[in-house]
Amino acid sequence: MSAPRPKVRIATTSLAGCFGCHMSFLDIDEHLFDLVELAEFDRSPLTDIKHCGPCDIGLIEGGVCNAENVHVLREFRRNCKTLIAVGACAINGGLPAQRNHLDLESCLREVYMSRDGLGAGGVPNDPELPLLLDKVRPIHELVRIDYFIPGCPPSGEAIWKFLTDLIAGRTPRLSYPMMHFD
Amino acid sequence: MSKQFLFDGRPVAFEDGQTILQAARVAGHYIPHLCWHPDFPPHGSCKLCIVKVAGRHVSSCAMPAKEGMEVESNTPEINGERRALLQMLFVEGNHFCPSCEKSGNCQLQALAYDLEMTGERFAHFFPERPVDASHPDVLLDFNRCIFCELCVRASRDVDGKNVFALTERGINKHLVVNAESGRLADTDLAADDLAANICPVGVILKKRVGFAKPIGERTYDVKPIHLVAMEDGK
Repeated sequence: MSAPRPKVRIATTSLAGCFGCHMSFLDIDEHLFDLVELAEFDRSPLTDIKHCGPCDIGLIEGGVCNAENVHVLREFRRNCKTLIAVGACAINGGLPAQRNHLDLESCLREVYMSRDGLGAGGVPNDPELPLLLDKVRPIHELVRIDYFIPGCPPSGEAIWKFLTDLIAGRTPRLSYPMMHFD
Repeated sequence: MSKQFLFDGRPVAFEDGQTILQAARVAGHYIPHLCWHPDFPPHGSCKLCIVKVAGRHVSSCAMPAKEGMEVESNTPEINGERRALLQMLFVEGNHFCPSCEKSGNCQLQALAYDLEMTGERFAHFFPERPVDASHPDVLLDFNRCIFCELCVRASRDVDGKNVFALTERGINKHLVVNAESGRLADTDLAADDLAANICPVGVILKKRVGFAKPIGERTYDVKPIHLVAMEDGK
């Protein structure tokens, strides 16, 4: 009898994401029971761990839209052997990047100052709040990314195929029905 | 005995004057392409149809077939180059498929699926060209243009209206409307012109018909582009 194989350690996060990729991840349904046999979770919206420790796999949903996103992404890259961009936002900025052709200051004024029914609050300026970047960026423009799982969101099957390939030591590959950008 | 060349190791017959791409298609071999169209002369801008002949990369849409030439097309090396070309096209424009009504029916997207392009890897340009919604029946989103000039050619050579053109140079090159105002409404383009129906991507769109086909029934949901293109003859 060989010793039981050590579990793979997985961290996940959502940057400028909508949590849809995490929902799609949960769409693997009863495979979640298979997954907990193979893996344990580090920092993730699904756990209570505040900072990412050494991991085998990091799953990143969302592009990079503010300063905190940059710090979190760098923390994941430092700690994860394999870092995966999950979904359209992480891969090319996604729909949030449609703000890239607008002026950031006028966006903030539009939302926090110009609309009817707003008080005299103005644009929030507490240092607790992360400042927005002038443009939304795909994550591969900030750190090296090992794999991309396309889709908005990718299907649960695509995420499951990718993870099981990686955990088994295979190069992950999606079949044609699993390849979609929308 | 007709003349032959070798396509990925298999003999393909051709007649003088046929290009590699034309002869290969007649023999049932698909070569990826975006700017090539059977009803128009070769354009040579997209470069997706590159093949390797005698150690050199050539555009198969423009290269005449020659007796005995050995052509490599569906190889890891050539498909890798095609994938890089697709990635360049994706980062040059704003190809946000999740909100594009051409998604599922788009040749650029379908080729990216077929060639297993999962991500772009290059830095994005995020161009800022305003849409033209002036025409009652047709909408233009210039940030999705791949400069294949099919609309330019169709409008000039078939419709006889000369509605579209490419202008400027290098990365500033973009599609424009041939009207004093630059607005589509000030041309005589009609929704059933060939030019309004030939765009392989999501630039020239009919108004009020988007998102009509359910997911799963769109052109490339069902079959990959290498099958669809051969059945349609396009």
